[in-house]
Amino acid sequence: MIDFFERLGGRALGSVHRLGFACRFLILTLRNSGMCLRRFSLVTREIYSAGVLSLIIILVSGLFVGMVLGLQGYDTLERYGSSSALGVLVALSLVRELGPVVSGLLFASRAGSAITAEVGLMKATEQLAAMEMMAVDPIARVIAPRFWAGVISMPLLAAMFSGMGVFGGYLVGVRLIGVDEGSFWSQMQAAVDFREDILNGVIKSLVFGIAVTWIAVFEGYDAPPTAEGVSGATTRTVVTSSLSILALDFMLTAFMFRGV
Amino acid sequence: MPTKPATDNLVEIDNVSFGYDKRLVLKGASLDIRRGQVVAIMGLSGCGKTTLLRLIGGSLRPNRGEVRVGGRVVSRLNHEELYALRRRMGMLFQFGALFTDMSCYENVAFQMREHTDMPQELIDDLVLMKLQAVGLRGAHALMPSELSGGMARRVALARTTALDPMLIMYDEPLTGLDPVSMGVIGQLIRRLNDSLGATSIIVTHDVAEALELVDYVFFMSEGVIIAQGTPDELRASDEPFVHQFVYGETDGHLPFHYPAEDYATDLRAAEARGTP
Repeated sequence: MIDFFERLGGRALGSVHRLGFACRFLILTLRNSGMCLRRFSLVTREIYSAGVLSLIIILVSGLFVGMVLGLQGYDTLERYGSSSALGVLVALSLVRELGPVVSGLLFASRAGSAITAEVGLMKATEQLAAMEMMAVDPIARVIAPRFWAGVISMPLLAAMFSGMGVFGGYLVGVRLIGVDEGSFWSQMQAAVDFREDILNGVIKSLVFGIAVTWIAVFEGYDAPPTAEGVSGATTRTVVTSSLSILALDFMLTAFMFRGV
Repeated sequence: MPTKPATDNLVEIDNVSFGYDKRLVLKGASLDIRRGQVVAIMGLSGCGKTTLLRLIGGSLRPNRGEVRVGGRVVSRLNHEELYALRRRMGMLFQFGALFTDMSCYENVAFQMREHTDMPQELIDDLVLMKLQAVGLRGAHALMPSELSGGMARRVALARTTALDPMLIMYDEPLTGLDPVSMGVIGQLIRRLNDSLGATSIIVTHDVAEALELVDYVFFMSEGVIIAQGTPDELRASDEPFVHQFVYGETDGHLPFHYPAEDYATDLRAAEARGTP
């Protein structure tokens, strides 16, 4: 029994210790960001890996999510005779929730895991140690550019996901089912508020971008330098960042839309 | 044993102890390395050789004792001073540690771009010269994944010497290479050291190759230096450890068996437990 509590306490302490280490790591990354922001080509390269290469999965998923929203939304709205509000339903669902959350989850599994695996392997093959011995700080040269690339990419990807989703909803609602095109767009334009909806969605995706990329670079940097270590870290990145996105989404939604 | 005047030493390790957690790896090791020499540190795996290199490079701090490079105590340098010192050092890692997302050219140019404002034309010339010195100018556009183990280590050697360091450290540079590549790397280490006027420290257990190559050898065991001398002195040594190590004998001063209970007692106990 005592053993059980000892193990439980040990694990709890270990988690708190790791969280503290992760926070210090984030502060160190922010402090060492000067170089990559001055030499912005370092960040651009990483935006290509994390952002541009995630475009296909984000755009295709956005299109399908939008098309499903179009079908489901029409089915429900039709019962109340308000199918002309389909555009509003599709746009608000995407901009407020599905855009940031689903693209965040996709970003975590596509780009987050890639960042962790890359940084973890750089550590395992002593590339980070070699860099340090060459008097180049790996946090400034390797971690900070990846962190900022993720933070910049995520809101852009979420916006493209939402845009593609609205297009998918339009294809199904207007082109396939025959909802009136004029009311689809005009109601959407009237109901979607820039500050309340779009800006809050952008804030969400920015927060998710920070969370996912922070977790990804930390897990990679902290990975034990072995094959199992790197694979475990990659899995942890996907699991932890997905759960963080969902938990953060609840908290942000509570603050933004409920007036808590 | 040759005497070494203090002023002529580039690296001085003075009674250094170091441990990971509670396990002491170095237990009061002392050695001096003279400028211009190629020195080997030999010993069994896990005896603290690589740890010693990391202490010299400032990646680790000793629990006790001092590591001095060029007269300055490494553990007392602040971040900027340590990085300034590292710009004058080079380290070749066991498997080269080339940056896998950069070509051979970019790997060698890395430090020039990070630490200097050299114009592109000058970097081009220097990188090609460095690669020419290791015989791989023609491979400048290849990625590390396209190189053999020996070629990767030669590119890493070119990268290590990119800014003409005063001190070059090699962590197991000969391990896992075929005999031809081993000979090539050995010759390059010697040639680069002499042409750059640098000092080299090689951590290795490839005894035969190393003894052909170096000026002076330190033997480490269990965290201390137990023997030192020129290659000829060590070949002639009748100290049991040195003799066993130099001639690669399987049993002797260093036992073949890991410490264990009496063999017969162990077997009887296993039989009683019913385990095979």
